Amino acid sequence: MLERTGIPTDDDLEKVIPDKKRLVQGPVVIIECFQKIPCDPCAISCKLGAIKPFRDINDLPQVDFDKCTGCGICISSCPGLAIFVIDMNYLDEKSLIKLPHEILPLPEKGEDVYALDRAGSMLGKVKVIKVLKIKNKTNIISIEVPKSMVMKVRSIKVEDKNNER
Amino acid sequence: MTDIAIIGGGPAGLSAAIYAASLGAKVTLIDDGLELGGQLIKQTHKFFGSEKQFAGIRGIEIAKKMIQDIKEYDNIEAIANSTVTGYYEDEVITIVQGVNGDILKKLKAKRIIVATGALENMLPFVNNDLPGVYGAGAVQTLMNLYGVVPGNNILMVGAGNIGLIVSYQLLQAGIKVEAIVEALPRIGGYLVHASKIRRLGVPIYTSHTLKEVYGTDCIEKAVISEINRNFEFIPGTEKELEVDTICLAVGLSPLSDLLWQAGCQMKYVPELCGYVALRDDNMKTTKDKIYIAGDVAGIEEASSAMLEGQIAGLNAAVSLGYKCDNYQEQDKKLKAELRELRDNPLSEEIKIGIEKALIRGGRD
Ligand SMILES: Cc1cc2nc3c(=O)[nH]c(=O)nc-3n(C[C@H](O)[C@H](O)[C@H](O)COP(=O)(O)OP(=O)(O)OC[C@H]3O[C@@H](n4cnc5c(N)ncnc54)[C@H](O)[C@@H]3O)c2cc1C
Ligand code: SF4
Ligand code: SF4
Repeated sequence: MLERTGIPTDDDLEKVIPDKKRLVQGPVVIIECFQKIPCDPCAISCKLGAIKPFRDINDLPQVDFDKCTGCGICISSCPGLAIFVIDMNYLDEKSLIKLPHEILPLPEKGEDVYALDRAGSMLGKVKVIKVLKIKNKTNIISIEVPKSMVMKVRSIKVEDKNNER
Repeated sequence: MTDIAIIGGGPAGLSAAIYAASLGAKVTLIDDGLELGGQLIKQTHKFFGSEKQFAGIRGIEIAKKMIQDIKEYDNIEAIANSTVTGYYEDEVITIVQGVNGDILKKLKAKRIIVATGALENMLPFVNNDLPGVYGAGAVQTLMNLYGVVPGNNILMVGAGNIGLIVSYQLLQAGIKVEAIVEALPRIGGYLVHASKIRRLGVPIYTSHTLKEVYGTDCIEKAVISEINRNFEFIPGTEKELEVDTICLAVGLSPLSDLLWQAGCQMKYVPELCGYVALRDDNMKTTKDKIYIAGDVAGIEEASSAMLEGQIAGLNAAVSLGYKCDNYQEQDKKLKAELRELRDNPLSEEIKIGIEKALIRGGRD
């Protein structure tokens, strides 16, 4: 299915999502990269060794979730925008998602933006908690989402104030 | 007279120039673009590949870095905005320069490295001559070099890496991509690219193609249709899309005219996307003084183009007697890196293609 639509299936995702026990312990990375391609910047970017060093440039990233602190440094290293960080129990009712964003305009801290799922469908409005501008222009946006949406939201749409007169 | 004339200033040509010049050879690098860099200067996205070959860095930054390196060498003469139009016996090439193409020069070289890259393929469909039908390369040039948007609602034809990347660049420029159609039953480009476009709301229709476009002076509508395994339209599956622009990303073919002219032995290799010159593992063709590198040797990647460029640059320079202290080791290292780069399932075709185009037996 992924090969026909670009949307990973539940089976695909199962392979890359940490177990429940790890998820509740705090921020952790999820790498949605399912195809062997000659690419390795993620493994080199993680200074904690949580993404296991590649033996071959075509390896799939493999994460040692116990070593991962959810710092998010790897997010902007990935040319495929395939890396996310999830903090399941960020608040009682809410989770936090850090995601890569390369489309202008950048949202502002505190702004409400549309949350999009893996097919680009809008799931409602969510609040931006942090905007981290990165030199290589793959910025990292932190959003607060209802817990039920944490495994669904993977992108955002920002309203362009300039285009609304 | 120059030692090595390099035709084409993309990643392959630039890498070849730097390597050959570092060994002391006098290099003349000729490119027909306004600036050096080839395809790279249109690439605003981050590159894949190994860290060593600049992965994670945007194409345009890679080009800038290499152009900077070129300037450090007094023994490289780089000529932009000039087209090599012909090849004559004894390694003489003709160069056309000037806005009107009215300056004609001849250059004699001891070795020639052809790194001319590739040409975009077209696609037949009803009304494909209406204004608003562009190749992906033209769209990239308009947007990323001249800051001009080609249209407001785009249909992308082709879900290989180029179609996916250009779609993403269009979205970044604030343009609506209505859909991507792909004739094959699966997405050909990297799935991470496909996923990042899909999650911005662009549907990708595999086993679909563009049937026709409507419009009087310009495009108003496009009709896409599902196709079967034999690439025949399936009646009743047509969809109408309101688009004003069609962007074709249906593949590239090696730009090998000069190699034909030079009398190199050519072969049609589908896995390499067209006619390519036979070459040995030093990237030397059947003509002793002519080398090739990059997309002209088979459509591949910037990362492999750079390695092939280095291999060609090294071996052309050494064949002229320039010294490389640890030649054996360097040569082996570059070839090993190239092999490693191709050691993934997506490169299976390339590897088959290269087998077909390779001259064995270590002729030197
Ligand atoms: C949209 C897109 C995205 C890409 N993304 C990636 C990626 O992420 N990673 C990756 O590794 N690769 C990527 N590539 C592929 C990469 O750009 C090409 O494989 C690479 O540029 C090939 O290098 P080259 O030097 O062989 O040819 P080119 O870059 O095409 O350069 C050839 C140069 O020669 C010039 N030329 C041609 N004929 C003549 C002549 N007769 N006289 C003078 N000059 C001439 C051309 O104008 C051009 O400047 C991408 C390509 C495209 C189109
Ligand atoms: S989030 Fe931080 S610790 Fe975890 S894999 Fe990425 S870089 Fe490493
Ligand atoms: S950098 Fe991104 S695309 Fe490349 S291997 Fe790592 S996760 Fe996959």
